[in-house]
Amino acid sequence: MARIGVFICHCGHNIAESVDIAKALEAARDLPGVVYAGDYQYYCSEPGQAAIRQAIRDHGLTRVVIGACSPRMHERTFQEVLSSAGLNPFLLEIANLREHCSWVHSEEKGEATEKAIDLIRMAVAKASRAEALFAKPIPVTKRALVVGGGIAGIQAALDIANAGFEVVLVEREPTIGGKMAKFDKTFPTLDCASCILTPRMVELAKHPNIRLLTYAEVEDVKGYSGNFEVRIRQKARKVDHEKCTGCGTCWQKCPTKVPSEFDLGLGKRTAIYIPFPQAVPPKPVIDTANCRYMAYLEFISSGREGKPPPQCRICERLCPTGAIDWDEEDEILSEKFGAIVVATGYDLFDPSSIPQYGYGRFANVVTSLEFERLLNASGPTGGRILLKNGLEPKRVAIIHCVGSRDLNYNEYCSKVCCMYSMKYAYLIKERIPDAEVYEFYIDVRSAGKGFEEFYNRVLGDGIKFVRGKVAEILQGRDGLSLRFEDTLTGNRHVLAVDMVILSCGLIPQRDAEEIARIFKLSRGPDGFFLEKHLKLDPVNTHTDGIFLAGACIAPCDIPDAVAKGSAAAAKAIGLLSQEELLSEPLTAIVDLSKCSGCMLCEEVCPFEAIEPQTVKEKTVAKVKEELCKGCGACAAACRSGAINLRGFTHQQLLAEVEAI
Amino acid sequence: MSDYEPKILGFLCNWCSYAGADLAGTSRIHYPPNIRIIRVPCSGRVDPLLVVKAFERGADGVLVSGCHPGDCHYVQGNYYARRRFAVLRDLLDFIGIEGDRLRLEWVSAAEGQRFAQIVSDFTKRLKELGPRG
Repeated sequence: MARIGVFICHCGHNIAESVDIAKALEAARDLPGVVYAGDYQYYCSEPGQAAIRQAIRDHGLTRVVIGACSPRMHERTFQEVLSSAGLNPFLLEIANLREHCSWVHSEEKGEATEKAIDLIRMAVAKASRAEALFAKPIPVTKRALVVGGGIAGIQAALDIANAGFEVVLVEREPTIGGKMAKFDKTFPTLDCASCILTPRMVELAKHPNIRLLTYAEVEDVKGYSGNFEVRIRQKARKVDHEKCTGCGTCWQKCPTKVPSEFDLGLGKRTAIYIPFPQAVPPKPVIDTANCRYMAYLEFISSGREGKPPPQCRICERLCPTGAIDWDEEDEILSEKFGAIVVATGYDLFDPSSIPQYGYGRFANVVTSLEFERLLNASGPTGGRILLKNGLEPKRVAIIHCVGSRDLNYNEYCSKVCCMYSMKYAYLIKERIPDAEVYEFYIDVRSAGKGFEEFYNRVLGDGIKFVRGKVAEILQGRDGLSLRFEDTLTGNRHVLAVDMVILSCGLIPQRDAEEIARIFKLSRGPDGFFLEKHLKLDPVNTHTDGIFLAGACIAPCDIPDAVAKGSAAAAKAIGLLSQEELLSEPLTAIVDLSKCSGCMLCEEVCPFEAIEPQTVKEKTVAKVKEELCKGCGACAAACRSGAINLRGFTHQQLLAEVEAI
Repeated sequence: MSDYEPKILGFLCNWCSYAGADLAGTSRIHYPPNIRIIRVPCSGRVDPLLVVKAFERGADGVLVSGCHPGDCHYVQGNYYARRRFAVLRDLLDFIGIEGDRLRLEWVSAAEGQRFAQIVSDFTKRLKELGPRG
């Protein structure tokens, strides 16, 4: 008979305020197998853990039930307590008295107590059927994958590489640099973004431990912490980067001009191109959808009638190293990694979904990122702030919180918009000193190192701050007019301006859902990726070995993105530094005497972890433990109850059900 | 009848729905205290026998909740659950337990509010059905 100890945590007031602890203790003591029941303010604290260890020794406990917060919070903490007291860590069961009880039933104390007692009874029943489980050592592949080559991914890759581990960085665009590469100056110090970013990009490309795969995407991730198998698609560049020297002859002579994605359509690029002059790698790709020769080839292979389009091939003729390779196809790479850092970044809110702002209809209503390109010395206007007619604006309005702090769009604050909006005001004044600049804000949020100081500096610069959200933008013959209410005076106004900058919020990458699926990430209500714990595990995910960095977690500024890149790197380095990891022992197990060899389990297993074997001339199922992930699909499907799932056995679950 | 409080047993997958229920807790979203939750690795782990057993032990309703289709941590466990419980619902009707007493839902780790709503709705529905005959 198991000797079970029950430990009920008050969690300060969190549990004790809704659950009558004395009553729960009394009920626990009467449960079969329970030889000890105790309570404490915080069992997760050191004295609390010591009390559990002491009770295990004093009462010869063989099973431990802890009524506390969710097992997703502290299961590991308490498993380690058991280990340190000489008990197998899998002889622990947690009753979730906080998230599933006290916090959601705080107004019904009687019912909350009754429910807590039920949950403890179920946990005791399950614990009494728990068995010791043993993890097996598994080797660690000492390489890391970083996905996303923005500033967060760059930082993570450099830190991991500098610790001596091999890194592969996968970026889907033809260059690394991410959003930051598009920026002109950065708040609050007004450092030029390129001056601080491009040296890092070069450092990364030259790093002996880093292999850079641009124009590539991760398609599939298999495996587990320490041993991931990743399928990467290297998209065809049609340019052999081994031969290419990046001399630039091809993109200077290419006759096809299309809108540049990097310049958000404000400028043009050629069909063979590098996204911007400081791109890394500084070698081009051919945009096959727009290349004339590719159109010719497609026409020929389609067998259509008529005159084919002209063969261009100018790049091929001019290339001094013969690097153009029309036959190059997408390549699939299979790579192994021990750790993965996901740093896939954000997208900008699309303001065309706010029709009253006229974005897309009115020429001089621009988004914040478009305005960055107008400010940027290597942008489409060479850094001159110009209207569509080529003149300088004299009155500019900047509208904050476009798509943020707005229940019609996104509830959250995008954190960076106040600061970059004030940066715009400052830079407009710097470049067009007689311009009038208006900031339309809800609240100015300038919490950050040097931020409030920057705000004060801008306030003193003759920039007009208007507290109020613009209701509507109208296009008149001479320019734009804004209708708004100044909420500090309560008066309504109309203001004529030449240009409006929409300070758009940050939203999850448009394909965040797909990224989440590939890496098995959870997403929050706002669509950003969920960290394991908002405060204490901000770069871990619920999948061991996969870490997050940068604005794929939540809107953040550059210092934050860099800090999280380094944090994710530290976690990855911690993992890669281990010689071996311990496998999750919660795997399926076959009772050979019951197995009829129908192999239904093999059919339902999503991981091909079950195969037939012959034992005494009889076919029976065999679990390949290194592949089993412990989902239990086989255990639920088995007709003869021969296959079971350790940690969630039939006996344990039935005991829990019977205890209701 | 007005005092009747149905008892619900919930099987929640560890990765999505259990985390969703945790989020309801951390967000302090209140819902009726009628549910008792059992954590399972995946909705595909839930053997129909466990559900039948729950009814045998006096549960008035059983909730099985997993990740949204396509989001299963184990690729396809929730699809197995969906097929399995479609069949079981019919069987329950056959043995005289209203099919509505078994609910299969998808709740993601981000859907604390949705979880609370499901428990509230289910409790309400079970009250309408009344105690099991």
